[in-house]
Amino acid sequence: MPEKFDVIVVGAGPAGTACALQTARAGLKVLLIERGEYPGSKNVMGGVLYRKQLEELIPEFWKEAPLERPIIEQRFWMLDKESVVSFGYKGLEWGAEPYNNFTILRAQFDQWFAQKAVEAGALLINETVVTECIVENSKVIGVRTDRPDGELYADVVVLADGVNSLLSKQLGFHKEFRPDEVALTVMEVINMPKEKINDRFNLEENQGTTIEIFGDSTKGNLGTAFLYTNKESLNIGVGTTLSSMIKARLKPYDLLDYLKNHPLVKPILQGGESAEYLAHLIPEGGFRSVPKVAGNGVLVVGDAAQLVNAIHREGSNMAMYSGKLAAEAVIKAKERNNYSESSLNSYREALYGSFIMKDLEKYKDAAHIFEKHPQYFKEYVPMMNKAMSKFFTVDGTPKRDKQKQIMKSITAERGTIRVIQDMYRAWKAVK
Amino acid sequence: MSTKNIEEKQYLLRFKCDTKSHLTILDHDVCMTNCPDKLCTVFCPAEVYKWEGKRMQVGYEGCHECGSCRIGCPYQNIKWEYPKGGHGIVFRMA
Repeated sequence: MPEKFDVIVVGAGPAGTACALQTARAGLKVLLIERGEYPGSKNVMGGVLYRKQLEELIPEFWKEAPLERPIIEQRFWMLDKESVVSFGYKGLEWGAEPYNNFTILRAQFDQWFAQKAVEAGALLINETVVTECIVENSKVIGVRTDRPDGELYADVVVLADGVNSLLSKQLGFHKEFRPDEVALTVMEVINMPKEKINDRFNLEENQGTTIEIFGDSTKGNLGTAFLYTNKESLNIGVGTTLSSMIKARLKPYDLLDYLKNHPLVKPILQGGESAEYLAHLIPEGGFRSVPKVAGNGVLVVGDAAQLVNAIHREGSNMAMYSGKLAAEAVIKAKERNNYSESSLNSYREALYGSFIMKDLEKYKDAAHIFEKHPQYFKEYVPMMNKAMSKFFTVDGTPKRDKQKQIMKSITAERGTIRVIQDMYRAWKAVK
Repeated sequence: MSTKNIEEKQYLLRFKCDTKSHLTILDHDVCMTNCPDKLCTVFCPAEVYKWEGKRMQVGYEGCHECGSCRIGCPYQNIKWEYPKGGHGIVFRMA
């Protein structure tokens, strides 16, 4: 019989590494398996990591982790062809401890984070694909890898194998995802001297800005674009649900180039140099797409469990927290020496009682509603732009008359009843 | 800044290619007869799929391993696996 572990974690991203770190700290014998050349080599993220959940694992991590910039300003753009309605918040309190969030580059960050698990005693093996879970008497007892004699055994297998999670599909925890449950996102890292970034975004050293862009950035399709500041580079990306991409016959890289050449975006990127191009899926099905997360001898965490809050661009923090909750369930199961589904279900209960599932539940209808009713991105964003243009252009028309004209043009375009319906529906989706 | 086309974007990346494709078209006839739109040739972010009149050419070497083709193929006609451990795309930044 080959070596047996207490826990095998599949995937050294934020969720898997958090779980490996916590179980290793509790003295368990932990194996962390990564298919890439190094942790992070297969992972992609727009770039925002929230502080709170990592701080619970590694206090004051910002003093040692490879971070780019703490974000002190979050902007939102409602983009039309040649105009933008923008709002946002800038607060210097976010630029000081304990911070709110940071931009990160995953290839560096994930290696650092995995090293923390290794220092805590976990064994990390890279360049190894887990091809399937070994199931015996309807219990997961280990994993099969693509290495020779690559069977490995454990009391619990934690699936942190990312958005595609072929392993939880193999176990029947979820069916194949539909194209409206995932967002296809592409991005570029654009190198730029930091002085230029600081000038263009009105920043000082160690301050960063994020911009979320709606409307013309996706040609009105359901999705968003983003522009984030790193130390000496910008991340610019755009994504829509795969179903919208298919319906509109969009090539994702053409959409990215459309955004990069938008007259309001282009000047920001001027003089930059593309350094990397990346594509990835984001699980955006929300609450209803979350699969079974606990079984006999197995748990599912992070993107593999579809734990992403697309509206608040939270994912990596939820991944880490789910990994931590899974670790706690595994530690309890070991104390009881019971790795059955009913024992490991303490993870499911903790997950559903946490902010993660509460937030996903809050927005459970949002994606569906915005997909079914494309007018929010296609019609209201241009309407808002026209309204603002009209209101702020001084042309001798009294302001009260302007207001009336604006209201009239909106209701004329959509019809009064439909406007009321649209507003009510949007409010219900996010309330 | 200059906008790079998809070939130039792909040149920015590092790949450690396996000799064997991790992407398999299950039945080329399905692409030929049932699928006039050849959607994978449109939405694949790395232009892995190219229609060559009779067959779908699969340039797996440039794959980002995102999974879109597996989910987006209207005929579930793409067998999608991970490249062998340590192979495939190697992201160095984000």
